Amino acid sequence: MSDFLLELRSEEIPARMQAGARSELEKLFRREMEAAGVEAGEITVWSTPRRLALIARGLPQATEAVSEEAKGPPEGAPDQAIEGFCRKNGVNREQLELRDVKGRNTYFAVIEKPGKATKDLLAEAIPAIVRDFSWPKSMRWGAASISTESLRWVRPLSGIVALLGDDVVDCEVHGVTSGAVTLGHRFHHSGDITIGNADDYAMKLRAGHVIVDHADRQDLIRTGAAKVASEAGLKLVEDEGLVIENAGLTEWPVPLLGRFEEDFLEVPPEVIQLTARVNQKYFVCEDAAGKLANAFICTANIEAEDGGARVVDGNRKVLAARLSDARFFWDVDRKKTLAEHAKGLERITFHEKLGTVADKVDRVAKLARWLVEEGIVKAADPDMAEQAARLAKADLVTEMVGEFPELQGLMGGYYARAEGLPDAVADAIRDHYKPVGQGDEVPTAPVTVAVSLADKLDTLAGFFSVDEKPTGSKDPFALRRAALGVIQLILRNGLRLSVRDTSYAACMMRVSQAKPSEPSGDSKEFEQLDLECDPSFVHEGLPDFLADRLKVQQREAGVRHDLIDAVFALGGEDDLVRLLSRVKALQSFMDTEDGANLLAGYKRAANILKKEDWHGAEGEIARTGEEDPLALVDDPDTKAVVDAKMAERHAKALSYTPEPAEKALMDALATSQPAAAQAIAAEDFSGAMAALASLRAPIDRFFDEVTVNADEENKRAHRLDLLAAFRAAVHKVADFSRIEG
Amino acid sequence: MDRNPRKSFQDMILALHDFWSAHGCLILQPYDMRMGAGTFHTATTLRALGPEPWNAAFVQPCRRPTDGRYGENPNRLQHYYQYQVILKPSPPDIQDLYLESLRVIGIDPLKHDIRFVEDDWESPTLGAWGLGWEVWCDGMEVTQFTYFQQMGGFDCKPVAGELTYGLERLAMYIQGVDNVYDLDFNGQGVTYGDVFLENEKQMSKWNFEVAETDALFDLFNKAEAECRNALANEVPIAAYEQAVEASHIFNLLQARGVISVQERASYMGRVRDLARGACEAHMEKEAPVWAEKYPEWSK
Repeated sequence: MSDFLLELRSEEIPARMQAGARSELEKLFRREMEAAGVEAGEITVWSTPRRLALIARGLPQATEAVSEEAKGPPEGAPDQAIEGFCRKNGVNREQLELRDVKGRNTYFAVIEKPGKATKDLLAEAIPAIVRDFSWPKSMRWGAASISTESLRWVRPLSGIVALLGDDVVDCEVHGVTSGAVTLGHRFHHSGDITIGNADDYAMKLRAGHVIVDHADRQDLIRTGAAKVASEAGLKLVEDEGLVIENAGLTEWPVPLLGRFEEDFLEVPPEVIQLTARVNQKYFVCEDAAGKLANAFICTANIEAEDGGARVVDGNRKVLAARLSDARFFWDVDRKKTLAEHAKGLERITFHEKLGTVADKVDRVAKLARWLVEEGIVKAADPDMAEQAARLAKADLVTEMVGEFPELQGLMGGYYARAEGLPDAVADAIRDHYKPVGQGDEVPTAPVTVAVSLADKLDTLAGFFSVDEKPTGSKDPFALRRAALGVIQLILRNGLRLSVRDTSYAACMMRVSQAKPSEPSGDSKEFEQLDLECDPSFVHEGLPDFLADRLKVQQREAGVRHDLIDAVFALGGEDDLVRLLSRVKALQSFMDTEDGANLLAGYKRAANILKKEDWHGAEGEIARTGEEDPLALVDDPDTKAVVDAKMAERHAKALSYTPEPAEKALMDALATSQPAAAQAIAAEDFSGAMAALASLRAPIDRFFDEVTVNADEENKRAHRLDLLAAFRAAVHKVADFSRIEG
Repeated sequence: MDRNPRKSFQDMILALHDFWSAHGCLILQPYDMRMGAGTFHTATTLRALGPEPWNAAFVQPCRRPTDGRYGENPNRLQHYYQYQVILKPSPPDIQDLYLESLRVIGIDPLKHDIRFVEDDWESPTLGAWGLGWEVWCDGMEVTQFTYFQQMGGFDCKPVAGELTYGLERLAMYIQGVDNVYDLDFNGQGVTYGDVFLENEKQMSKWNFEVAETDALFDLFNKAEAECRNALANEVPIAAYEQAVEASHIFNLLQARGVISVQERASYMGRVRDLARGACEAHMEKEAPVWAEKYPEWSK
């Protein structure tokens, strides 16, 4: 058994790619070893900016010889078949053995595969690993790149160390030959380092000022940064992303603390932190009171001769220049009010068919007001909702957000407060982008809810109206995220609204912006408006899209998808809160014994009806071609017809004396059906489930005691009708045919 | 004569010239046109195409009209210098050479933290991109280091390494000066401000306030037309110059604030078409010669 060391040295590998590269290296190594039949045991992978390393422990010296058998054609098979079998297995006819298989003499080929030295297998594996290595971005370099067939790597590959035990595994990849020699730290070590084997690798590199284990470097940065902070009487603001990034930028990390001018602290702390983090990869610190301190921590890659004083001073200057810019933006931006900034939105196109951002803002403002005035968002001041919406996007044209787009919203909130706007407005401006995706905080402040909801609804209605819907994996306008935001806002705040009506309102905000293309014309039909949108797309598509996203969201939240389907299949419901409470009630019901048994009864009834192709009284109505019979029943005009038909049916049904179990089911239906309907109307879905539960015993008894397929046609018809009525009653609550189990 | 790159801006430049000259580079002079970056110099763009080895170093004055600050900002200028080194094919020791050049101008990597931080370069205008780094010295970006992968939409075969030093930044760092105008230009007390401050004031005013925009639009159209004329007559280098001209006029129009967001993309597209057209024509013209001389090369 021997340990194997592989080091692939290159010019600086981007920090963000190193974790992926480590798993890629391990994956490819395992793939190669498996293909070669070498048992790869414990594998360790490490990375620094200048090298990827892999150590595989306990590889065998050679693979074992194996003898494989292949079963061929039977004796007497055509010559062609036998010869083909020989060719395939690389043997000649004389080497075949005849064996008895179930009484027939059958040819067998025995193929002896000799063991191979692991070293030789590795020498073949290494070039394959390098060639097949997948990087997020790769490049060509050097004289060889006169051909595009030359090796591609993340940056020029400069050396390979490959040792099995103490021996070099000889190989060559595009002019780079393997050996035992590597390099130490770029500045702290000059000359070659000769590695003996996997065991002394990390140690010898450490002597060359390279800490090869990235986890060790991360630890050093984590603890070192905390230490220099506490030595300065401060607390490090932890940032794991920065720890990993700095560990990916250094081979010998040395955290150093510096100070910046206290005056800069007048700039919002988020701006300072972002400037330090994004541009310079510095940590920041807090004082004992939790306020941002005028300190930064940079991670040097050297143990500087002067203890790092020059390094810190240089970094301080760079940060100061960056913070001066930020302070300049902060000062300049506050010279104008947000309302004045908002005028600049007229110059920015939101979408070529949906006007400028200013147009969008106007729509969102009206919609936010509408949401409040309609009582959909309660306890909000409509004026504040409109005002916040009108200012919400103004920070997009400020200098600060131009420099740091990720501060959108947040800066608007700061600027709103700075000009003395009410907190509710400033908060709404700050938070109106939320929630951004699952897991993000969902606003609950009424004004914020109104603006956030209006913003997302306008985006959805707008893009749907110009037929820019997401397709497959393509969602260039992030409409799925907007829909998820709408859903989260509605559910978190229990907003009661009709998705259809609200989508329509959102769309009308766009329509009302359009000017008639012929001013003289008095008709304002859509096609005559200067408007490239079609409101019918919204009306048709948006409610379904939201329902679809709700389904996805609920599925991800762990709700049984069949229960979701069972409720959604009813259709006609566009109040998401109501929809969801029905799903929840159904879920609890299905967990009870009554629920499970009722489902069994339902399935039995449904099977009989299907077998008999019996549609019942309701079925006749359904055959008119409408997709959803229940939708028709709700229609007042049709209802009279249905009722009349039902009465006729029932009258017919009473032409004989029902059996006790049959009567019991009729009675149960007569009480539970209205009870369920009443409960549903009152949005008492557990009540509706309880009403259904009362059908369980009667249906079970019905099946036990009554013969559905009676000889008398009138009895049979009535009983089938009864089952159909039972099924219909259950369907009022949920489409049980969708439920599994 | 002894150079003193630590105390003199011009000596720093001369030290770089000495260094790269000693390492086999042609020392070229700036291109005599207004351009936004040293990359526009034909010694970079056009020479990055084709198989012939090419090693050159030169200073290129760069004009970025929108960066003008009327001489009031200590770091930002509408006119500044880049030092460009182009090495084709990229030599295996290019990083070491670069670090050695830093030592030559007075940056000791055991006292200062030098880092290669991922920064890929792309110029849609030139149809060019490459991978590389920005080189940090104590957290400050002092050089852009790029392995060109494509130029004018063509694969670079072979790949050239491009080093772009920000001369003013480096000098400020080396001289320990916080304001660019305080740089010692010649080591004898003439400052960068003595040479360029008035220039920055006047040119900022002209870029932002004075330049006649109708004339600029006219110039843009004329450069575009002339580029096409040159292409039609198979003089791609002349066509390329007109693309560079159009690019700079476009930058001036931007500074004058007369190009809307929507128009911007369309103007950039027009410049890109010119630059790519010139690169393509250059390639077409030279390809037969290159292919004959370098049989392993193909377009």
